[in-house]
Amino acid sequence: MTARYTKDHEYARADGDVYVIGISKHAAEQLGDVVFVELPETGKTFKKGDDMAVVESVKAASDVYAPISGEIVEANAAIVDEPAKVNEDPEGAAWFVKIKAADASELDGLMDEAAYAAYAAES
Amino acid sequence: MADALKKTPLNALHHALGAKMVKFAGYEMPVQYPMGVLGEHQHTREKAGLFDVSHMGQAFLKTTEIASGSDGAHEAVAAAIETLVPGEIRRLKKGGLRYTVLLNPDGGILDDLMITRPAKDGMGGVLFLVVNAATKADDFALIESALAGRAELDVADDRALIALQGPAAAGVVDRLLPGAGAQTFMTMAPYEWNSAYLIVSRCGYTGEDGFEISAPAESAEALAKTLLADDAVAPVGLGARDSLRLEAGLCLYGHDLTPDVTPVEGNIAFVIGKRRREEGGFPGAEKILKQRAEGPQKLRVGLLPEGRAPAREGAEIQSADGRTIGAVTSGGFGPTLGGPVAMGYVDADCAAAGTNVNLIVRGKALPAKVADMPFVPHRYYRGKETS
Repeated sequence: MTARYTKDHEYARADGDVYVIGISKHAAEQLGDVVFVELPETGKTFKKGDDMAVVESVKAASDVYAPISGEIVEANAAIVDEPAKVNEDPEGAAWFVKIKAADASELDGLMDEAAYAAYAAES
Repeated sequence: MADALKKTPLNALHHALGAKMVKFAGYEMPVQYPMGVLGEHQHTREKAGLFDVSHMGQAFLKTTEIASGSDGAHEAVAAAIETLVPGEIRRLKKGGLRYTVLLNPDGGILDDLMITRPAKDGMGGVLFLVVNAATKADDFALIESALAGRAELDVADDRALIALQGPAAAGVVDRLLPGAGAQTFMTMAPYEWNSAYLIVSRCGYTGEDGFEISAPAESAEALAKTLLADDAVAPVGLGARDSLRLEAGLCLYGHDLTPDVTPVEGNIAFVIGKRRREEGGFPGAEKILKQRAEGPQKLRVGLLPEGRAPAREGAEIQSADGRTIGAVTSGGFGPTLGGPVAMGYVDADCAAAGTNVNLIVRGKALPAKVADMPFVPHRYYRGKETS
């Protein structure tokens, strides 16, 4: 499955039986140089739309919201150690967390790549 | 449109250079260029950054009590402005700059500003003022009304202001304006460049050696392009300007200094000249001098958070035993330090360097230490070392 996107610029992409979550390339560009990332602990559960992580650039701090409900099964320590990776490859190696979805049908409410590209171009 | 954003004389150049523009103090200003905030910050520390600071207010204050250039003209204009600022202006040398503050009757800071005594004899009785963009209208109105009958203010809104900051700045400016490289920190000299009158001041807002060059608006773009043509020079936006000044421990007016704090509380008591301490005669002198003698209740301090999370403006500061002792007034990531830096006001009993405090960030207590400023050493040019 390809990635689905929220209006807050998070993405969710299926990877086996979990979803890889992160921020879009567009969001990383808008943030500018990322200098700090705070991720949730493994095992925590979130509802769709909850504050889940924090990303700070040289300019400002931004909340990252859970795009779908579920349990954190893995957090990407590499971006905590090296926040600049978020600017390099936000939709690839610099993913934030992996979530075990509580209700995979929530994905249907998110934008597909084409819809998100149009949305990002306007915002 | 009354609310239309104002533009500096370098506006078209910013767009041509690919700047991301934001609204700042009523102006459309570059927050960053394609190099990005981190890159621009490091470039300024390593080479030279060019900043458009034309939004700031420039003005000439001239005595009306005595003819300009005649004996006593400087003393007259200095005595007039000294009723509003605590700085030693009378004994400022020709070609000297002074960093000082405009005060309200309670000793609160209305703005911080630079006052320059021109180098030429014929300019005796004139002072050159540079004030902050957001406060310039109020500052100029206050100065005009308070000094009516003693001095008149000629607002130089037809001039641009370009800062060139960093270790390569002196070489670049000296090639353009031979001799400027020998000017020492906090001095100015007039230059003529392509028949434009330039006011060249060795000062800045980054902690680095550098210059601020006041130029006629119509010459500004040509001057900026000439400076940018040097390989060492890159344009730098407001984003890096803020991280550079924060690492240098320099105050941002409206955040670190406000009408609610005095120069003593603001930890800039050095702006009060020795003679002024003895004579008083500036707004709020009694309160300020009492604070200076007895110590203030609160003080602006540097803060170094442990770990990587930046603490930003507004974050509560708590003592190690959980009392609220103040708030962060500026904070962010210091690219040269490679970690978060902040400044804020704390109760005086917690102001000693090394004191452990907590900064409340997103509801969590972030351990931090009170630290001496600057966080990154200043590298001002004070003249050739004599060996």
